[in-house]
Order: sequence, then C-alpha cells, then structure tokens
Amino acid sequence: MNAELHTLTGAYALHALSDDEREEFERHLGDCEACTQEVRELTATAARLGLAVSVTPPPEMKAAALRRISTVRQEPPVAPAPARPVAARFRGRRMARFALAACMAVTAGSAGVAVWQHQSADDAQQQARAAQQQSEQLAGVLAAPDAKATTGQLAGGASGTLVVAHSKNQAVFVASSMPKPPSGKVYQLWFNDAGTMRSAGLMDPSQTTEAVLLSGPVDKASGMGITVEPSGGSPAPTSAPLALMNFATA
Amino acid sequence: MKEVVYISGVPSAGPDLPMLLGQVARGDQEAFGSVYDAVCGPVLGLVRSVLRDPAQSEEVAQEVLTEVWRTAARYRPERGGVMNWVLTLAHRRAVDRVRSAQASADREHKAALLDRTPAFDQVTEQVEARLEREQVRRCLRTLTELQRQSVTLAYYQGLTYREVAELLTVPLGTVKTRLRDGLIRLRDCLGVST
Ligand SMILES: [Zn+2]
Repeated sequence: MNAELHTLTGAYALHALSDDEREEFERHLGDCEACTQEVRELTATAARLGLAVSVTPPPEMKAAALRRISTVRQEPPVAPAPARPVAARFRGRRMARFALAACMAVTAGSAGVAVWQHQSADDAQQQARAAQQQSEQLAGVLAAPDAKATTGQLAGGASGTLVVAHSKNQAVFVASSMPKPPSGKVYQLWFNDAGTMRSAGLMDPSQTTEAVLLSGPVDKASGMGITVEPSGGSPAPTSAPLALMNFATA
Repeated sequence: MKEVVYISGVPSAGPDLPMLLGQVARGDQEAFGSVYDAVCGPVLGLVRSVLRDPAQSEEVAQEVLTEVWRTAARYRPERGGVMNWVLTLAHRRAVDRVRSAQASADREHKAALLDRTPAFDQVTEQVEARLEREQVRRCLRTLTELQRQSVTLAYYQGLTYREVAELLTVPLGTVKTRLRDGLIRLRDCLGVST
C-alpha cells in the first residue's frame, strides 16, 4: 500500500487526485517525511508552470480587489508569526533562480540601469543600450532550442546554474546566494579551454544573486570556473577556483 | 586596453513578499496592494489557463486574492515562497471550479483538450514573465512526450490523473509515475530547491 502511495507525490502536487485519494494521501504525508519533502519540491515546481503563463491583469481588477478585502475579516494567526530574519533568509533561498535572473534583466532593460559598468565613462544612453542588448542576449541563450543547463552547489550554501547554447556560442551563469567577496576582491568568471582559463567577465561585487551573460564566445570551452580576484580582475587566475562547472553535454 | 566589465549590477530583486505578507496578516491594506501587484498577473494567467472563460477567471482570481488576504496569517515561509503559496491556492481553486462545472455540464470535447496548448503565447510586455516562460518551455522540452502531456493536462487543464489516463489511453499507474518523474525532471531542469 505504502509503496503505491509514494508514487502519488506528483499527482498530489498537481491537484490531480480525487477527493478520497487526496485525503488518504494527506494522512500518509503525516508520517512520511520523504513524501512531504518531495511534495514540497514538486509543488514549487508546479508553481513555476503557473508563473510561466502570467498575464497582465486588467487595471480595474486592483480597485475591485481592494474594495473586496476591505469587507473581509481576516483569520487570526494560528501560531506566532515568524520573526523577520527568518522571512528574509527564506526569501533569498526560495526565489527561483531564473526568476531572479529575470528580475534583473527586466530592471536593466526597462529602466536603463547599467548592466555593464564600464570603467571608462560611457554615456548613460550607451549603457542603457548595452543593458538592453545584454538582457536580450541573456534571454536568447535561455530560450535557445539547444540550451542545456548544469546546476551545482557552491561553497557556503550558494548554488549556480550554467546554461550553454552552442547555437549562439554563448553561455549564462546564474548565481544564487553567493557570499560577498572579501573587500577589494571580485568574482571573476573564466571559460575553461582544456585547462586554460580565459576571462569571461566579472560578477558585480555588490550582488550575491545574479544572472551573468559570460562575455566572449564559448567556442571550444568545456565549462566555466570562478575565482576570487583583486578588484578589476586579473588576466589569468591568481587563486584556486571556487568552482569549476562543465557545460551540459546531453 | 583591457576593458573591465561588471555584469549585472541591479540592486533590487523585487519586493520582499514574506515581509509584506506579514503586514497583510496584521490588516495592512497598503501592503496587500503591493502583494497584489506581484501576484495578480501570475494568478490570473494560471486560472485562465484552467478555466478559459475570461469573466469566470477574473472572478476566481478575485476569490484567490481574497483568500490571500483572509488567510495571510497561515503562510509559513519555511514551507516555501509567497508566490508558490499563492499559486498553489490559485491552482486548487481553479481546479475545484472546473470540476464542479464539469459535474453539471459536459466538459469540452476531449480532442479539444489535447489540442489546447498552455497559454505561452499570451502577450505580456514584462521581460521577467517572458524569461520565466522561455525557461519553462525549454525545460518542458526535456520531458518525454508522455511526461509532458500528462503534466500539462493535469496542471494547465486541471484534469485528474484518471482523466489524463483515459484521454491518453494509458494505464493509471503509468500516468501516476509520469506525473511524478515528469515533475522531478522539471524540478531539476528549473533548479527548484526548497
Ligand atoms: Zn511516502
């Protein structure tokens, strides 16, 4: 019976069980930690499917919603509200990596905030154009039919997803919850050309979560590495890599 | 000359939804307005993909938003993000609605359900939504045909796994497994972690 029930995590997360089956499975969840964890993950996965069909709501909906709630009584809390730091901690961890990537791209694209900060004083318009262009290129890599992703855990709870699109000869690195680099240092990304590291740009030292279009062509590189370098970056790595990730091949 | 390039550099990653929801739980209507701004588009899009009818979808989306207001105190950040919580409520409501409608009237012709594709083509000017959609589409392509059909029929059409099995004429056990391994593959491709 139980072995059978374990396979229902997917159907449960998709609300695809009948009422009876759902109740039975929920009883099972009460004493199966493995299924509980899997349901959590698969429910979060299903929510991503929902996020993907987002629309722009008609403007009058908001006033209607606000009117409506002003007459609805709220349920009292069932337990003490979680402390603020907990919420903050989870926020970073829970937000989908690509959703974050998208947030940054949207700000870059629409507000003209510099995605590329040149050391030389480029004019703002040029920066905005570069930002727009980069956000489009980034989107193009993620959307490429041959895009392939590798996800890896980095030290200290950080994780990274490396997406390569050979058809575009470009790659994107999405970092999540990277610890801030030490003062005066930056994270530098490298293409791994059969063991020789070729610079692929710097990550913004003030960001711990960001999407990065690797600068330069992928060409024959087999993957990517990250090192900590002095501000401004180095022509070649001066420290051991924090992480090396290979491009997905299948 | 070596050009130094910082990639990205945008300070904000959107509103702090767990914090806002905490304020909503204490009756803050302004905070509710901010939560509304973040979740309404996804909620409406999801409900519409299940229900199709625009007027009915708006009504159900309003019910979902009201439920968010009413039960904000029940949200537990350790169980997942706010968007995840809200979209789970939204999917549950949309599915309940489509099934109750189904009980009284005939559901659409089966062939039509199979022809339906998720509303990935909905026009939205938001780069954020566009990127998310492209990412999900890309990952859906990594599923087998049967996994993809099972998952999308259940999620976007609100079918039970029995209905999916009937529609695709495959055994019940197969659909259960495909829903699970399809979602697992999506989870890994999307990098979902909890
Ligand atoms: Zn179990």
